[in-house]
Amino acid sequence: MAPVVLWSDALIWLLVLAASVLGWLSRRNPLLRAAWQRVGRNRAGMASATVLLVFVCIGLLDSLHYRPRLEEGAGRGAGSSNEKTAVYSVEVLSLLDFLLTPLRTRTEKTYSEPLATRAHAKESIKVRDADGQLRQSREYPRLKHGGAHLGADEAGRDADVAARLLRALGLAMLVWSALAAATAALLARRQNCSHRQAWRRIWHKESDLACNAVLATIAVLLLCGLPLAMLATDYHVFGTDKVGQDVLYQVLKSVRTALVIGLVTTLVMLPVAIFLGVVAGYFRGWVDDLIQYLYTTLSSIPGVLLIAAAVLMMQVLIDTHPQWFATAAERADLRLLALCFILGVTSWTGLCRLLRGETLKLRELEYIQAAQAFGVSDLRIIARHILPNLMHIVIIALVMDFSSLVLAEAVLSYVGIGVDPTMISFGTMINNARLELAREPMVWWSLAAAFVFMFTLVLAANLLADAVRDAFDPRLTGSA
Amino acid sequence: MSQETTVNQERLLEVRDLSIAFANGRSLLAAVDDIGFAVAAGETLALLGESGCGKSATALALLRLLPTAGRILGGEVSFAGRDLLRLPEAEMRGVRGGGMAMIFQEPATSLNPVLTVGRQLAEVLERHLGLAGQAIRARSLELLTAVGIADPERRLGEYPFQLSGGMKQRVMIAVALAGQPRLLIADEPTTALDVTIQAQILELLQRLQTERAMGMLLITHDLGVVAQMATRVGVMYAGEIVEEAPRAAFFASPRHPYTQKLFAALPDLARRGRRLETIPGQVPPLSAMPGGCRFAARCAHAWDRCRQEAPRWREVGPDHRVRCHLDDEPDRARSPGSEAVSTRATGPLAAPALLVVADLCVHFPIRRGILQRPVGYVRAVDGVSLELARGRTLALVGESGCGKTTVGKAILQLLPASGGSVRLLGQELVGQSRRELRPLRRRLQMIFQDPFASLNPRLAVGEIIGEGMRALAMPGTHPQRPERAAAIAAVLQQVGLDPAAAGRYPHEFSGGQRQRIAIARALAVQPDLVICDEPTSALDVSVQAQILNLLADLQADLGLAYLFITHNFAVVDHLAHAVAVMYLGRIVEQGTVDEVLRSPQHPYTRALLSAVPSPHLDAQPQFIRLPGEIPSPAHPPEGCHFHPRCRQASATCRERYPGTSTLSATHTVRCHLYR
Repeated sequence: MAPVVLWSDALIWLLVLAASVLGWLSRRNPLLRAAWQRVGRNRAGMASATVLLVFVCIGLLDSLHYRPRLEEGAGRGAGSSNEKTAVYSVEVLSLLDFLLTPLRTRTEKTYSEPLATRAHAKESIKVRDADGQLRQSREYPRLKHGGAHLGADEAGRDADVAARLLRALGLAMLVWSALAAATAALLARRQNCSHRQAWRRIWHKESDLACNAVLATIAVLLLCGLPLAMLATDYHVFGTDKVGQDVLYQVLKSVRTALVIGLVTTLVMLPVAIFLGVVAGYFRGWVDDLIQYLYTTLSSIPGVLLIAAAVLMMQVLIDTHPQWFATAAERADLRLLALCFILGVTSWTGLCRLLRGETLKLRELEYIQAAQAFGVSDLRIIARHILPNLMHIVIIALVMDFSSLVLAEAVLSYVGIGVDPTMISFGTMINNARLELAREPMVWWSLAAAFVFMFTLVLAANLLADAVRDAFDPRLTGSA
Repeated sequence: MSQETTVNQERLLEVRDLSIAFANGRSLLAAVDDIGFAVAAGETLALLGESGCGKSATALALLRLLPTAGRILGGEVSFAGRDLLRLPEAEMRGVRGGGMAMIFQEPATSLNPVLTVGRQLAEVLERHLGLAGQAIRARSLELLTAVGIADPERRLGEYPFQLSGGMKQRVMIAVALAGQPRLLIADEPTTALDVTIQAQILELLQRLQTERAMGMLLITHDLGVVAQMATRVGVMYAGEIVEEAPRAAFFASPRHPYTQKLFAALPDLARRGRRLETIPGQVPPLSAMPGGCRFAARCAHAWDRCRQEAPRWREVGPDHRVRCHLDDEPDRARSPGSEAVSTRATGPLAAPALLVVADLCVHFPIRRGILQRPVGYVRAVDGVSLELARGRTLALVGESGCGKTTVGKAILQLLPASGGSVRLLGQELVGQSRRELRPLRRRLQMIFQDPFASLNPRLAVGEIIGEGMRALAMPGTHPQRPERAAAIAAVLQQVGLDPAAAGRYPHEFSGGQRQRIAIARALAVQPDLVICDEPTSALDVSVQAQILNLLADLQADLGLAYLFITHNFAVVDHLAHAVAVMYLGRIVEQGTVDEVLRSPQHPYTRALLSAVPSPHLDAQPQFIRLPGEIPSPAHPPEGCHFHPRCRQASATCRERYPGTSTLSATHTVRCHLYR
């Protein structure tokens, strides 16, 4: 197989690198370390961080792409132009796709309900009777994969599901107990106390880290995740969509899109917002006027209109230059990045305005004047005195913007100017599902699954944002 | 009958064993511990103490208005026969404002900016007196007149931003009085105001109290205010009342070592040129209160018993109680030897001038319209001339808004001067480019007012101090790290801090220590002139004494010149060689300390000096009442700027600004009286 590095992959891994650098810097700076420790003590914050971590892991697994090598026989048909060299599929897969191969490949004909063994709509089926006559009947056809292991014993489905649930429950408890015991042992070794004491400390909020919240969240995640995994091997847990694709697979794939939109967009807008905001606030005068005019103008154009115009232009560009892209995934990826870029360009104004105001306040502070009295250069004052004192606003804005951007993607995809239609995202899932809500009987599972996952992601991000804001806001923490 | 009234009077407010704590995570930190006092009608009890001693928490607890983290642990607050701590919240609302009212420190934030004065008064009148319609208006006018606001009809419809600071405080007092309270709690009511306004407000409070026979609980840190206002004084230290006495006894013979030290730490003429007494150490933190006497660690008389056993109340005179073991064993109370007296070098008067400021002007344009054309100028500094020699201290005094800080910043070239010249060692500073200024920056430095805003919280102390050395590429401190570290350690030692402090962050230090760090930062580049912008106004008296001593020592050792910007005359008297008095951007009187403070000539200087409350009972001069407040420097009055407030103003004063009259070789004044 040949590894493929999509642009968004590169950016995501760059972000991971940046986050680890930030973490390393935070460890060295006692003020930042104290702030992160305050986050660590916040139980809601740590619980949501755990949930987010699971999402991030899914997203990262989905960000390692490759093109599988085709089998000899199939390869000849697909890539006849260069037969001597190894032939790779035009389909770009990710590590997550590989792990979820059963989910990805086991597609049905069309809609089926969660955990169903038969399709959602009736079809005409020809059945040969006992007397050898062909008879046409209309009934719900049996699914190709959903509950296939049951064979003819469809009535045994409930018992089978219950047995799997029980097994998953037992396994979850086992895994969780092991994890909890390991945590207690680690704490005991670190603080030189008995296991019993360590255990007590975890659950009586006496440890520095909100271990109990993390453990409780892991318990909930295990209780939800393991049964899903158990059932997903033989059923469509969340049903299938119009073209028979498993909804669980779609939901998991959507996570990466949401993360890219939320994170890469901030990466685009952050330098612009920080630079313009600080420069406007520090130098004032005509620089300030210019930047103010710029962002007032930009923020008075309706965002959706601007985004729609830019996305349509991008679409035309992509359509007229098909030779740029080796695979459909690359094309979709470029469009995703373009969307991120456009969202970033339209969303820096809020943060920029905040930073300008804070800089205006900071530059009048006496320590800045003391530095000016030493003849320290402006650039150095900005780097040493102003930027570090703005970091709390930047961190807070980053985490807060994340959730609004994820929601913005859903809205934009819903109106049709979001990501590429071939790319799975919460927005496209909702967009595809909306028409089916009018069907009788209703197709609800696609929408519900997208809703629940997106809700969890955004709620976790918001709760973490709250915790981060509380920990970093100097007004709430006293002197720091 | 008469006896019954006295009993009732005695019981207007009685606090017994009140304890307050603040919740911090899972633990409670005791802020106030078993305090008790009583206030009778018509009497003023002053609670005196340094910041963090729990005096404000006590006041808030009386009204049950503690912040959410605050808890009342126990005790009894009986007000007019009812125990306030047991009242239901609904009845408590009637007590707040109706029974007890409170005046806060900062008039700018205690009025709601979006409501008119009339509306804010009406709110109280409706709630507590049940008035409505015309009755409210009539009563509001009456109240505003009572607090001395001219033209109350117009003021009723105005918003707080249209009022000046003194007027806002008057309105705040009117609001407090509206519910006809029997007890007024005044929490540092004049700390944020200028001396002349402070004198007006104190006079007003005194008059209102006598008229209405109110009890008053005055919370303050200022011994001068106490001397002027109090009937009785309670001294608080670290959450306890340590001494309680009638005013006369308190000022005549303070008994607790802490009180004695407070008096000794005050800068004044008697101690001029000598070191001030300081209280070593700091107030113990709430989380680590010592078991015995809380003052033991800082007390010169303390012995073993003080550290083990908390002292009980002892009567030492009529109504005079003190919490100290010393009165049991009076022989221990010998003075621990007078401190070394360092006579400051007075220096020759005619030393060559280090700094010469001539006709300095700083005008800020007022811009209007789309094109931002200047339509006028705020003349913050309008023709100031100063001269300062090496090793000397020049004090620049004046009320807030007179432009004294602007002068300091313009000399440092932090603000562009609109005209005039500033010469340092003969070199012109005004109009130089940044590069040309750089070598001169080393020679002059500044110490700021607020030690909490003047240090970057994100940098370690060593980095803060090293910044100047690095920016100015100090000779002798090569960029090599060990040498600079040694230089930083040396300068930290010079200001009395542990060299290990270089690795710590500003938030780990107390206010006084932070100010030392700020001084170290200025000293690190070995300046000749230090501009001190109210360096002690944010500090407690005992810490102020430490900083003043440090400044005096540094001047003696290094021959520094100080331009001391302040509004505190006691500090001027103690430290300065020469004084310049500013009013509305101009210097109105200038001379040596003795000339200006002992025989002030300008009517403004006289009024200013008379308004300063003195911390002695005998020396209270006749207060020359100044009507009104400082006018805006954007529209200064015609003629002499001071004439609208001057009693001796004549027709000439209204027409032109007086020229400089020379009274002696060093004493000049700008007033038509001396033509």
